[in-house]
Amino acid sequence: MELIRIKGVDKQYNNGVTAIYDLNLKVKKGDFIFVIGASGSGKSTLIKLLYREEKPTKGQIIVGGIDVAKLKNNKVYKLRRKLGIVFQDFKLLPKLNVFENVAFALEMYGNPMSEVRNKTLKALELVGLKNKAKQYPDKLSGGEQQRVAIARAIVNGPKLLLCDEPTGNLDPDTSYEILKVLEVINNLGTTVIMATHDREMVNKFKKRVIVLDNGKLVKDYEKGSYVDAEDV
Amino acid sequence: MLKMFRIIGRNIRDAFRSIFRNFSLSVASISCITITLIVVALALILSSNFDNFTKLMKEDFTIVVFLDNKIDQVGIEQVEMEIEKLENLDSYEFESKEKIAASLMQTSDIFKNIMKDWESTNNPLQDTFLVKVNEVEKIKTTANEIKNIEGVSVVKYGEGIVEKLLAVFNNVEKALVIIVIALTFVTAFLITNTIKLTIFSRKKEIEIMRLVGASNINIELPFVIEGLFLGILGALIPVIMVIYGYANIYINFDGQLFSPFVQLVHPEPFIYFISLGLCGIGIIVGMMGSLIAVRKYLKI
Repeated sequence: MELIRIKGVDKQYNNGVTAIYDLNLKVKKGDFIFVIGASGSGKSTLIKLLYREEKPTKGQIIVGGIDVAKLKNNKVYKLRRKLGIVFQDFKLLPKLNVFENVAFALEMYGNPMSEVRNKTLKALELVGLKNKAKQYPDKLSGGEQQRVAIARAIVNGPKLLLCDEPTGNLDPDTSYEILKVLEVINNLGTTVIMATHDREMVNKFKKRVIVLDNGKLVKDYEKGSYVDAEDV
Repeated sequence: MLKMFRIIGRNIRDAFRSIFRNFSLSVASISCITITLIVVALALILSSNFDNFTKLMKEDFTIVVFLDNKIDQVGIEQVEMEIEKLENLDSYEFESKEKIAASLMQTSDIFKNIMKDWESTNNPLQDTFLVKVNEVEKIKTTANEIKNIEGVSVVKYGEGIVEKLLAVFNNVEKALVIIVIALTFVTAFLITNTIKLTIFSRKKEIEIMRLVGASNINIELPFVIEGLFLGILGALIPVIMVIYGYANIYINFDGQLFSPFVQLVHPEPFIYFISLGLCGIGIIVGMMGSLIAVRKYLKI
């Protein structure tokens, strides 16, 4: 089953910089994909196009049956509810505790209190932070904060999890833990797309790897066939 | 339906939470609303009292109609019929020359001595009608109409002074209306800007709301409800000041300012109208300010 189809997509920013050039890509349900490439190669732009923070200049992007390029600004939430997003800087609300940060999304949709509680605790359990539900983000380590962000991203059971350099601020051991969590989530059926610089992790976790260079897709390694970091 | 109630219930809870979590920002917004509403309240009280003063003054304007000295009872009745036909008539009162003489005699002994022998035939005073009009602005026309009635000798209404007073009243009233309207706009502008500043610092919150799939209404609603509470809280002190302050001033000044000419507006129901108005302005401006501010950070 196909979850994402990208056809002939160009993305040119208003300042004239072309970040993505003639991109074609298909992603199956349940895939785990690393998107690698040097800074400025278009990794982040690709992620942004997928959650419709940016609109493609040309071409078609279908995510879970939604034509992303044609989505109006006030309808973007319909796409966002089908996917989870994790960032390098976590983007947690400092004035909410861990539980509230994760429950934030569910509450907004108007789910009953008991359901919000159950789903939130389940998501926290999955990332191993159930015992820190009452803590505030500034009392947590970077790895823990990122796990809270992951719990928030998956609490609604999305089909797709987008990660933009989730380990960029973390040391190798913590990065490994985060990847382990992402792998568990992937094994539960969620498609994961992760943009990263982290060669070590890409080498350790044998996944499908897409290499971008100056906005072009230059290589697409099938699962397990990517061996070394010469392309990064 | 149930879902909607849950969302609104949560929003009310979250609005309270967020007022306390962003306490210093809330205090900034609330005090801005409080201060501007106090100024608006003062302007409203002043202009209402001035309005009351001019209304009472205008009610006091009277046309005094002196009839011919030799007029008989039939003539008086005819004049009365003509006065009743006047378009601008509010009320009238007849004072016979005997009655005027009697009341003058009471004021001093000199008058008493002179007037005690007067009969209806040799009483030099004139029978008068005291006419009050509906529209003071047309008092001159009405006076002229009365002058043309047969049997009327002289008509007095304070010519010159009335016109000048009316002109002054009109100008001051216009100025007060402009001041109140301008103040309301300034209030709206100040409050909107303060709320804008406080919401600017919560840009991240809005951004995250968008990322986790909040629709525009999902994002606007909690801020608008928060604005409503800020408006109510901001109106609290001005309302208390109006209710207790004005009532006290009224009692202390005995309902008049320095002289019986300037009657203050009675506190009830006046203060309640003003309070309602202040709450209304606070709530509307608080909600609108929040909405305008939030919308800046939404992609509509």
